[in-house]
Amino acid sequence: MIARIVAFAALAGVLAAFPSFFGNYPVKLLQEILIWGIFAMSLDLLMGYAGMVSFGHSAFFGIGGYVAALALKHSAGAVSALLLPALAAGLAALVIGFFSIRVSGVYFIMLTLAFSQMFYAYAFQVAWLGAEDGLVGIPRPTIVGMSLASTKSFHLYLLVLVAATALALWRIVRSPFGHVLRGIRENEARMEAVGYAVNRYKLLAFTLAGTLAGCAGSLYVQFNGSITPDAFFWTTSGEALLMVIIGGVGTLGGAMLGSAAFILLQSLVSTYTERWMLILGLTFILFVLFAPGGIVGALRGRVGIRA
Amino acid sequence: MPTLADLFAQALNGLSYGALLFLLSVGLTLIFGMLDVVNLAHGSFYMLGAYAGLTVIAATGSFWVALLAAPLLVGAVGALVERTCLRPLYRRPALDQVLLTFGFIYLFEDLVKWIWGGRIRSIPPPDLFSGSVKLYGATIPSYRLFVIGFGLAMAVALWLLIERTRLGAIIRAGVFDAEMTGGLGINIQRVFTAVFAFGAALGGLSGVIAGPIQSAYPSMGVGILIPALIVVVVGGLGSLKGSLAGSLIIGQAETFGKAWLPDAAMLIIYVVMALVMLVRPQGLLGRPLK
Repeated sequence: MIARIVAFAALAGVLAAFPSFFGNYPVKLLQEILIWGIFAMSLDLLMGYAGMVSFGHSAFFGIGGYVAALALKHSAGAVSALLLPALAAGLAALVIGFFSIRVSGVYFIMLTLAFSQMFYAYAFQVAWLGAEDGLVGIPRPTIVGMSLASTKSFHLYLLVLVAATALALWRIVRSPFGHVLRGIRENEARMEAVGYAVNRYKLLAFTLAGTLAGCAGSLYVQFNGSITPDAFFWTTSGEALLMVIIGGVGTLGGAMLGSAAFILLQSLVSTYTERWMLILGLTFILFVLFAPGGIVGALRGRVGIRA
Repeated sequence: MPTLADLFAQALNGLSYGALLFLLSVGLTLIFGMLDVVNLAHGSFYMLGAYAGLTVIAATGSFWVALLAAPLLVGAVGALVERTCLRPLYRRPALDQVLLTFGFIYLFEDLVKWIWGGRIRSIPPPDLFSGSVKLYGATIPSYRLFVIGFGLAMAVALWLLIERTRLGAIIRAGVFDAEMTGGLGINIQRVFTAVFAFGAALGGLSGVIAGPIQSAYPSMGVGILIPALIVVVVGGLGSLKGSLAGSLIIGQAETFGKAWLPDAAMLIIYVVMALVMLVRPQGLLGRPLK
């Protein structure tokens, strides 16, 4: 336990010191990894613990992003940057989850997919969300008197949020609630029979994951200064899914590793060759075939067994 | 007010789009019914079909040769995918197979960009159907009429194949209970490969058919996958008739939506799907959920 805390603190320290030693580009890559890492971790809570594979997680990423974009243009504070996007995404997840958790397996995939595509279609068409071009020129917020316009201050702010998210998720999956979720993943009928209100647990997991995805979407807007309807598109959910699988399903840390692998692959490979999608696809296929436990599973020497 | 001729033209447009969706979704639904795999790479087979068709037309000058050769090529690719990558996964949770097919989307899209480049490439309709005809005061491109006729003919042919032949009986048995069918002495592994290849070929075929209407471009597969999935879900996963019914409904909903409610056009098919799933989760003609 103490070793873990020390390791966590050391990692946080290294990441915090990162901008002092590296240039702008590596820092931006790291920030992108961290933001997508939050998104992927929130999906892992659903997939890896509750056993609900969603292809519509982009809905909440997009809602968080769009709400943050609209709110930050109005007033650039913590309420706009964090509270409103999280609330909006959580509310949307509550509603979408209410309908989606009635079905499972491929039907759950399809229904969540359809919901996220609805948002895509809507954002793509309406003028007040900038239609195809999305929203641009979003200012970064000022939080507790600190402007986040500079890369370094944004970096610290991001790290604090990532650490808080990681700790919260770590606590959640080890709580009795987390154990119930795992029980549902393993045998839903039995959990029902034992007396758990399975649907209520699933809905709570879905809402929590959606809220966190909304935060990731908001951070993405703050990082990028813009958002397009593509945030809603189903391939955005697919990318998060790729990250979770490559990193290791049901491990949380794996989602962050997967995010790093995905973004490094994308940026490094694309400097050498245009064929990064091909390499990404192949990597993913090889992982599904030979290392379904992802990077974490392989590191633990448990290739072939779901963590 | 739209005139009667407009309505008629719209309905025919919707019918031709529906016919295309049917060709595409029937492969998806066959594969799901047999293998329990939602093949997310089905749109990629559609795209591969369009590009293979493009090359065959360039080489032979004939649309009809392409209509035959491209599905064969795509079917071969499908067989390869099933034998090498899907087969080892049948013992794993069904979702692993879905995820695997997701990886192939990236692979195929980039391969197509590599081989054919990223530009939009138009595919000319066959000479026989390059003009247009006047029907009840509406001008209809004759190629669209061909697509409707071809879709109907394929629906009949597939129905005969599934309901009236020995091979069809094996497929129906496999859809009902693959393990039991294997136990009766049918080489079920080979049937799996054949059905996957056949489904892929149908995807390729619809790609060639779509070519003259929508052209060929690398992201066409990702774009068409969602309507095809919606058709399958609305009609009922694994149901041939459901696929037909779903295609006709979605085809009309999309076309009339574009004409009458342009602001909500893209939303309509999702609303239709969500409504069907809430009222009848197994789809209009699907087997009840377990």
